[in-house]
Amino acid sequence: MNDMRLTERAVNAERTKIAARGVQVHYGQTHALKDVDVDILDHTVTAFIGPSGCGKSTFLRCLNRMNDTISVCRVTGDIRLDGEDIYDRRIDPVQLRAKVGMVFQKPNPFPKSIYDNVAYGPRIHGLARNKAELDEIVETSLRRAALWNEVKDRLAAPGTGLSGGQQQRLCIARAVATSPEVLLMDEPCSALDPIATAQVEELIDELRANFSVVIVTHSMQQAARVSQRTAFFHLGHLVEYGDTTQIFTKPSDPRTESYITGRIG
Amino acid sequence: MTDATAPKSLLAQDVRTRRRNAAEARFQAYGIVAISISLGMLAIMLWTIFSDGVSAFRQTTFSFPVTLEAERLDPKGNRIRDEMAKVTTIGYTNLLNASFKAHLEARGIPFEGVDDKALAAFISRDTPARVRDMVLADPAMIGQTVTVTGFTTGRIDGYFKGRVTRETAAVDTNISAAQLDLADRLVDAGIMRTGFNWQFFTNPDASDQRPEASGLGVAIIGSAYMMILVALFVLPVGVAASIYLEEFAPKNRWTDLIEVNISNLAAVPSIVFGILGLAVFINFAAFPQSSPLVGALVLTLMTLPTIIIATRAAIRAVPPSIRDAALGVGASKMQMVFHHVLPLAAPGILTGTILGLASALGETAPLLLIGMVAFVANYPAGPFEGGFLDPASALPVQVYSWASRADPAFIERSSGAIIVLLAFLLVMNILAIVLRRRFERRW
Amino acid sequence: MNTDGHILSAFDRDLETIQALIMKMGGLVEVATLDAARALETRDEDLARLVRDSDGAIDALEAQVNDEVARIIALRAPTAGDLRTVLTVLKIAGSLERMGDYAKNIAKRSGVLAQFTPIEGAAGTIRRMAKQVEQMLKDALDAYIRRDAVLATDVRARDREVDQIYNSLFRVLLTHMLEDPRNITACMHLHFIAKNIERMGDHATTISEQVIYLVTGSMPEEARPKDDRTPYVASPKS
Repeated sequence: MNDMRLTERAVNAERTKIAARGVQVHYGQTHALKDVDVDILDHTVTAFIGPSGCGKSTFLRCLNRMNDTISVCRVTGDIRLDGEDIYDRRIDPVQLRAKVGMVFQKPNPFPKSIYDNVAYGPRIHGLARNKAELDEIVETSLRRAALWNEVKDRLAAPGTGLSGGQQQRLCIARAVATSPEVLLMDEPCSALDPIATAQVEELIDELRANFSVVIVTHSMQQAARVSQRTAFFHLGHLVEYGDTTQIFTKPSDPRTESYITGRIG
Repeated sequence: MTDATAPKSLLAQDVRTRRRNAAEARFQAYGIVAISISLGMLAIMLWTIFSDGVSAFRQTTFSFPVTLEAERLDPKGNRIRDEMAKVTTIGYTNLLNASFKAHLEARGIPFEGVDDKALAAFISRDTPARVRDMVLADPAMIGQTVTVTGFTTGRIDGYFKGRVTRETAAVDTNISAAQLDLADRLVDAGIMRTGFNWQFFTNPDASDQRPEASGLGVAIIGSAYMMILVALFVLPVGVAASIYLEEFAPKNRWTDLIEVNISNLAAVPSIVFGILGLAVFINFAAFPQSSPLVGALVLTLMTLPTIIIATRAAIRAVPPSIRDAALGVGASKMQMVFHHVLPLAAPGILTGTILGLASALGETAPLLLIGMVAFVANYPAGPFEGGFLDPASALPVQVYSWASRADPAFIERSSGAIIVLLAFLLVMNILAIVLRRRFERRW
Repeated sequence: MNTDGHILSAFDRDLETIQALIMKMGGLVEVATLDAARALETRDEDLARLVRDSDGAIDALEAQVNDEVARIIALRAPTAGDLRTVLTVLKIAGSLERMGDYAKNIAKRSGVLAQFTPIEGAAGTIRRMAKQVEQMLKDALDAYIRRDAVLATDVRARDREVDQIYNSLFRVLLTHMLEDPRNITACMHLHFIAKNIERMGDHATTISEQVIYLVTGSMPEEARPKDDRTPYVASPKS
């Protein structure tokens, strides 16, 4: 990746983390995603943009098989995480989802304590042998989510009592706690105010040092702010995929140009 | 320009606005009228029940000393229980009647105009039986003088509750004005008094001849047994069925069919469940009739659809974002359900269950068909001693059976039983509301 | 470039407004360039004053473009083609403002030159140069409006001709100065005028490069065609 931005966080982002080839998604009769090829790089924030119903969230949910929970949804094609086909029969989605964490549109902390929210993933996956280890995972995750200093004195308080931005960062901490390699974010800031959005965006940029982050966003400005690579989806097609700078200054496809300059919805 | 574009003052209402406001005011008035009518009906119902039923909680009792004469109660004089049992309640009745007359004479209370038979009518037929039980249990009492306390008969009792007056006594062959005079004198002498009727809650049902002795004891135990059993049966089955249907079952024609059937089952008349219970549990499975077990099974069948519907609603009310969150961190579907969905749905499930139990508690029709309307004068055994299989009654059934008896004293008791039933229902509903308020979570 | 309107039509009006301002500026600069050359040739001091005064209007327009561009960037956050439009408008406005300044400078010098004996052939050459530059500017602005990268590339190539005229004039003026030192003042002023026009040509080239960037998204790869050899001139004959 040859990003021209001088102030870019310096990380090694050469390796392909997820390779998707010829992905098709059908919802019953609807052909939601048509022949998508994408290489998602490690240590990179990849943004999916496009109008509503373009298939970007659908594709995101293919990456950790969250679409499995929808009975009418059928996924074909080849999606490989580190070379392993994630739709292989031998792969248990539960293990996959520990490796490919997800953060959702609305902050959705469990109605439990802050500690239990973060500790839930490590507990069910048996990542900690004792209480001390669990405490450490919780602290590390909260630190990574830039939330530790705000909540360290009230870990037993309910997670739902935090502000919207804090809740979303708690959800990120919860996702980070299972030590995933990829973080999927489905419009993580759409329910947040601008300040909280900025905090989460800053966090996303920091997370890039450790994870490969894929973010779906309706805000093109957000994609421009946080991502290094941008994919534009339209009507189920992946129209254009490239460096964010290139997409936002000289997109090669007229549909991309029309969308990002605000000419088509 | 036309008037349409001329600036209009907001201070003056135009015709349309006035008409709309009037329509709104009328609509509100209709609503208030409707609510007033229903509240009025409720008030009338409650007033009827309470005016009839409150007196059931008070009862007139007498007490006077009786010498348990050995020659009457133990003619052989050997204090052997089996020998003594040969003296029937008639023997005891005669003893009590004689003692009563002797006591009146001793106290100098005049009872002219009241012959022996009429005098005997003061003492409930329940009393000799109880005295006999007492003596047989402890033969050593014979020869002693004990104070016997017992109910007066329903008509004398009715006199103190205003049910029997001198006007009705004039046309009633069972009671005379002289008896009522004597009753007044007995109260003045302290031999008779009216007090709170604890035995209404503890006594079993009694026969037509002695309404004053009847109580709700067996019915309350029977209802309690049934509610325990219904809760034990319906919660696991209902919750399991709901979770499966809501979270695991594929959405296809079969599940649609099941769903429609559950909704329809909830609307099936309860008497149909009674027929089902009769056919399956009594005729086929040969469970004992009139037993709380069979009643509970029938009520379970009847309540199950309601519980399933309530539980599914509670499960559906858990926001999908919580499910996504659980699946997103790699929980399995079952972990998602048991760690997150179920705890969040629990208040709703509990509320639904309590309300379902409350409706089961008030259910009468199916119990009639499985024989719970039978006259049961014996308490069922404790819950761990096979009590669930003993014949028992139930509160609503007791209401029904008392309401259909001839003696007006039973009408009073029937209303009293309704009050008890309503009190139970009120407690359960309040419990449901408290649970909902306490644990309800908002997103 | 996409020619459909924005969903937010006010954005379209904003973009049209700043481009219209550029066209207006361009028109003023063209007139000023030609008038300055004509004033020099005809020794028309009134016309020269007019040119000097017109520069104020050009500067005011540039300030207006700057304000509008700042407003659009702040309020509309333009991207892709819109972003390039806004950026090129900003740079073109800067170039036009500089060209306006050069025209004003020519007009000023023409007042001084009027006091000297005319140098033979110089004023005519300068007028030709000015005409050439004016034509380049006109074509560059046409290319801008039409989003015509081919025309813009052509304009860019034509800067070479201006340089060549400048080269020859440089030698001519040098010869005049060597022949008669009394000519030095006039020749110096004439040389500055020629240099100004040569710089104006460079700005016209810059504008055409902006057009190419606007259309293609990247600046022209090959080096700008230059034929200004005066830095290496030691004598008129060399």
